Amino acid sequence: MTDATETASGPGYRGPATGGERRSFIARNPSVLWFLAALALFTLGVTILSEATGNGALSTSFVKTLGKTLCLCLVAIAMDAVWGYCGILSLGHMAFFGLGGYMIGMWLMYARTEAIVLESLANQPIPPTPAEVEAAIGSQIMGVVGGSELPDIWAFAHSLPLQLLLVVLVPGLLALVFGWLAFRSRVTGVYLSILTQAMTLALSLYLFQNDSGLRGNNGLSGLQNIPGLPSTSQAWISISFFWASALALGLGYLLFAWVVSGKMGSVIRGIRDNEARVRFLGYPVEGFKLFVFTLTAVVAGLAGALYYPQAGIINPAEIAPIASIYLAVWVAIGGRGRLYGAVIGAAFVSLLSSWFTGGGAPDLNLGFYLVQWTDWWLVLLGLSFVLVTLFAPKGIGGLFDLLRRRGDPDRDGDYGPDAGAWRKEEGEEEEITR
Amino acid sequence: MLRLLKTLSVLLLLPLAAAAQDLQSILQTHAEEAASPSRQSVGTMLDDLASSGLPEVANFLEAYQDRDVWQRTTDGLFFYAEETEDDLYTLTDISTGEEVGTAPASEMEQVRPNGGVRREIAGALVAFQLSDPDIDRRRTAVEAIARSPSPDQIEPLRRSIEGEADPALLDRKQELASILLALYGEDSEARIEAIGALSGELSVEARSVLNQILSTEQGVAPELPEANIARVLVPGRQLTEAEAYARLVEEDLAPPAPTDDDIRNALAANIEGGTVGGLPVTQLDDPAARYTAYDALAAEGTVPPRVPPEARAAAVESHVFFEAYDEPDPAVTDAARAALDEVRTRVGFGQVADLTLDGLSLASIYFLAAIGLAITFGVMGVINMAHGEFIMIGAYTGYVVQQFVPNYTVSLIIALPLAFVIAAAAGIALERLVIRHLYHRPLETLLATFGISIALQQLAKNIFGTQARPLTSPSWLDGAWIVNDVIQISYIRIAIFVLALIFLGLLLYILKRTRLGLEVRAVTQNPGMAASMGINPDRINMATFGLGSGIAGIAGVAIGLYAQVTSEMGANYIVQSFMTVVVGGVGNVWGTLAGASLIGGLQKSIEWLNPSNTLAAQTYMILFIILFIQFRPKGIVALKGRAAGD
Amino acid sequence: MMAPADAAPLARDEARRGEERPRRPRSTLLEVSGVSVSFDGFRAINNLSLSIGEPELRAVIGPNGAGKTTFMDIVTGKTRPDEGSVTWGERSQSLLRMSESEIARAGIGRKFQKPTVFESQSVRENLAMALRNPRGPFDVLFYRPPTDDTGRILELAEEIGLAAQLGRLSGELSHGQKQWLEIGMLLAQDPRLLLVDEPAAGMTPAEREHTTDLLKRAAESRAVVVVEHDMEFVRRLDCRVTVLHEGSVLAEGSLDHVTRDQRVIDVYLGR
Repeated sequence: MTDATETASGPGYRGPATGGERRSFIARNPSVLWFLAALALFTLGVTILSEATGNGALSTSFVKTLGKTLCLCLVAIAMDAVWGYCGILSLGHMAFFGLGGYMIGMWLMYARTEAIVLESLANQPIPPTPAEVEAAIGSQIMGVVGGSELPDIWAFAHSLPLQLLLVVLVPGLLALVFGWLAFRSRVTGVYLSILTQAMTLALSLYLFQNDSGLRGNNGLSGLQNIPGLPSTSQAWISISFFWASALALGLGYLLFAWVVSGKMGSVIRGIRDNEARVRFLGYPVEGFKLFVFTLTAVVAGLAGALYYPQAGIINPAEIAPIASIYLAVWVAIGGRGRLYGAVIGAAFVSLLSSWFTGGGAPDLNLGFYLVQWTDWWLVLLGLSFVLVTLFAPKGIGGLFDLLRRRGDPDRDGDYGPDAGAWRKEEGEEEEITR
Repeated sequence: MLRLLKTLSVLLLLPLAAAAQDLQSILQTHAEEAASPSRQSVGTMLDDLASSGLPEVANFLEAYQDRDVWQRTTDGLFFYAEETEDDLYTLTDISTGEEVGTAPASEMEQVRPNGGVRREIAGALVAFQLSDPDIDRRRTAVEAIARSPSPDQIEPLRRSIEGEADPALLDRKQELASILLALYGEDSEARIEAIGALSGELSVEARSVLNQILSTEQGVAPELPEANIARVLVPGRQLTEAEAYARLVEEDLAPPAPTDDDIRNALAANIEGGTVGGLPVTQLDDPAARYTAYDALAAEGTVPPRVPPEARAAAVESHVFFEAYDEPDPAVTDAARAALDEVRTRVGFGQVADLTLDGLSLASIYFLAAIGLAITFGVMGVINMAHGEFIMIGAYTGYVVQQFVPNYTVSLIIALPLAFVIAAAAGIALERLVIRHLYHRPLETLLATFGISIALQQLAKNIFGTQARPLTSPSWLDGAWIVNDVIQISYIRIAIFVLALIFLGLLLYILKRTRLGLEVRAVTQNPGMAASMGINPDRINMATFGLGSGIAGIAGVAIGLYAQVTSEMGANYIVQSFMTVVVGGVGNVWGTLAGASLIGGLQKSIEWLNPSNTLAAQTYMILFIILFIQFRPKGIVALKGRAAGD
Repeated sequence: MMAPADAAPLARDEARRGEERPRRPRSTLLEVSGVSVSFDGFRAINNLSLSIGEPELRAVIGPNGAGKTTFMDIVTGKTRPDEGSVTWGERSQSLLRMSESEIARAGIGRKFQKPTVFESQSVRENLAMALRNPRGPFDVLFYRPPTDDTGRILELAEEIGLAAQLGRLSGELSHGQKQWLEIGMLLAQDPRLLLVDEPAAGMTPAEREHTTDLLKRAAESRAVVVVEHDMEFVRRLDCRVTVLHEGSVLAEGSLDHVTRDQRVIDVYLGR
């Protein structure tokens, strides 16, 4: 029994040999308890400090920012599962996130416009027919792009349950079809990244058009107003969404902790490290990748559906490839291959980013030049990202390893080559890693 | 017409016969007609003026037409006059064009030819201008006819054709004559012949003339009338039932049917005590209830009755809807249709050629932008996300050079190599400082270079600002090579094409004929083996990275010349460059060329099919590429064998 | 189903096999006929025909570039031949239309020249992944390890001498241990045909002996094909030998038989 050290980190199961695999889920994933406890504490703290339920130390807009951050953490976990564990560097998960937002946004916008239209038509001498209401809603929503009728993709927008179903189905089906095409033709590594980036670009360009049926570059707006709750204050809405986001994040963490541990985790990490070898063991690698890709896309869609009612507006720029690249950056800075790393990265970088770009950071006077962070933040982020990649590939999460195993030899070993990578070890005959 | 002919023949054949006379004396012989011309009488005077062969006649006629000719009542002489002071006119001699003194307003009387006369004058004038010794005036006259063609220009134009010396203008005149004949020819045969001549053209003008002949008007009648029918419109197919009925209403062949909006407004106007037509208002949110209430109102005679759908269908049924040609002669319209079809076919070929040229120029840009990426990807297996920023660096280099070197030609000559050097240096720095440490981690390289990319973009924004900077091309690159109305391409794009060809040649030379190329190809095909053969991979990586980045810099200058220089320009090309590499296949110049051609050609074709929507074009192109990867996962030109790592 | 815990693992294996498929001694398991494949004009395999029975231990030898590894690539579905057929099992199923993972599930296991184990995972996880179990994503997701799987992993670990290393990351193992782990993973897959590429490369003499024993025992109940350079190792295997040269079979028979063959001597010693 050479190694009885427990670690909370995801990669590399290092349980005592005697225990075997038949231990409880929590025992195998101690980070889950810690994480859930921290999340609960955080939620409690925000509740006590919020305007609606507490002493009002946190403004409503800041509660919204925190709620949005939790949604970003959720999508970051999904990204970590697909990239950190399965080795697929998807540059499309923010597109799934945005699609989820669009799907819920359609209902929010439709229901709210319907309420407004009904109110204004009520003053007319003749009560409106359903067709007239429909037409008025159509011209209200589509008027901004010169249309007057709602296109067919709005067919389910009147119904919250159907539209919620679409929140799951649209990103899920897109991921399923795209993933099936990509994995089937054995596109891996950087090729796959580029291809997902192309998919994202195609989607955002498509949505930018006025005749996409989703109001072109105007996007969907007014989403912060929840239909049916006209008298509820934004303070209450914000704290409710914060709770919902926290709950979703907790459940998402549990879900992915379950997926990436045990035998499933073993196989998908095997795929990350050596796809061909897993295939020769008889596992249908494409099926596994498709499963992870689609599951994470669905979670990303759900995260988006929680995010955009808090953001209030969604437009195609949110889906542009750059957003997905930032998602990868968060996960990398937080530490990929460990779920809490993704959460830390997303929360840290996105909050820091809004602090810097929002003008919160004090200017830095170098004597000969005044560094204004609104201009220089991206330079700093870009360069520090390079530094993290070069010198701290484990990201912020790597610090936890230092705390936990001071003095122990570094056992995390090699993450293995990225899936589909060229492993060029000079002079060695390559067998299957290519 | 006959008179004009005479005029012209005299004008052309005997230009010198009447040279002895001067303009004033001719006018004096016709003093009465000249002072108050009428349409019937002005002809003789114009004939005499024309036959005089005096060069100043054309000027005079223009002034005459513009009412700038005045008669001095004291002696009846004609002058050009202009009111320079109050009630005082400055006189100009009509022959010499010299000022000859002044006269009070009371002594001057303006010659005011009426509209009919002025048309006569214009006709005579055209004849002069069409044969004017000055080629520019001839051109102006021809273009004036082209702008507003009329039947009476046919003869002067045909006459002037014989004496035309300039071949280009001769062609133009002949074309214009055909157009005029096709439109206004005296008999159908002449017109059909002229139309036939037009079928060889591809100009926009010829097409619009043919379309003008083929102009139609919609009609509706109980029976198909005796007319030159273009086509019969069947309701339900070429036009909807609703449109058909609307046409009937327009022609008063059917009663107007109240629309749903009309019905609602009528109901709203007739509410009495909470009910309308016997129904309570609250029930009227149902279309059927509205009809019932409206019918009740109609029965009272308050509103016109509804027209039930069956009645509307019957009305539509009992009429024929058609389009009739404005031109009554079917032979002419048939000929025009045939000619138009032929022209369209030729235009189609022309457009294909034009599209090919456009596609080629776009392909050259993609080739320049992507080749560096392809080489580095092939050799090192890494994708450099900052590649787009090397394009940007090249473009800004060009911009900065232009700030110091005002001569655009010289600055371009300096900028091209300088952009190469600076971008290559940036590339080598990136390779040494970052990429070298990440060789076994392509995905991390992707992300690290992305970090560089956002930093560089923001840096450029901080230095050069967010607004677009111009990179002005030398004047010899302005303009376009115009083959005809359909095919044209700007010189800048030709220059970029040539640049791409030069770099294609250069790269092929480097890769196939030099030691460096040999080593690069060796590393691409089998890095392990190459290393054990004593090839220093560090050196090769550095060299290829420098080369690839340098070419991106050149591409930046080229792109900057026709698009503007912004900090985001690289990002706009990077995805297309990736696509080019992915589609073309890795590590092969020909593959990149094929990928660039495919993507450039495809993008142009999709844009041509759907010109209103370039965003949709890009979307479809990316979808196509995703599908393409299904069939050729390794690109068009794939490395084969075990080295490819199947 | 459960074998007594003290029985030799392979004997238990035998028992399971006996239940699942009636043993047909020396029946043809794999039939390769007329297979050719070329890369960029170079013919790596040229009209190769070969058949392997069950159970059988077969060594495939040949100089560099004879097509040994390509032969394995073709059988395991990594490379598609240009022509010829590869059939498998009693029902003469064609392997050419199956994917790598389908072929593996059909019962062909492969060990690579360079040991390829999942270095960031423990020995136990490596073995557990290889164990013969349903392979679909949802089977794996809802997989609860039954007790006999845990026992089986222990048996295998003992068999390959890694019982004490079960909890260690396999990346920490020595080269020879990795080779054994890989063989253990192959055994865990419980294949009918084992393709082993240069198993003894880089091993100490003692380790080689252990490896030979492992392979010989495995071959008692299944087909094992060993690709090897090392004549001494082949001699110790004491089995039928196929000599490949330029992509086709040059000679076949016992080691003594083929080493007397003049053509084989020419090929090995040069002309």
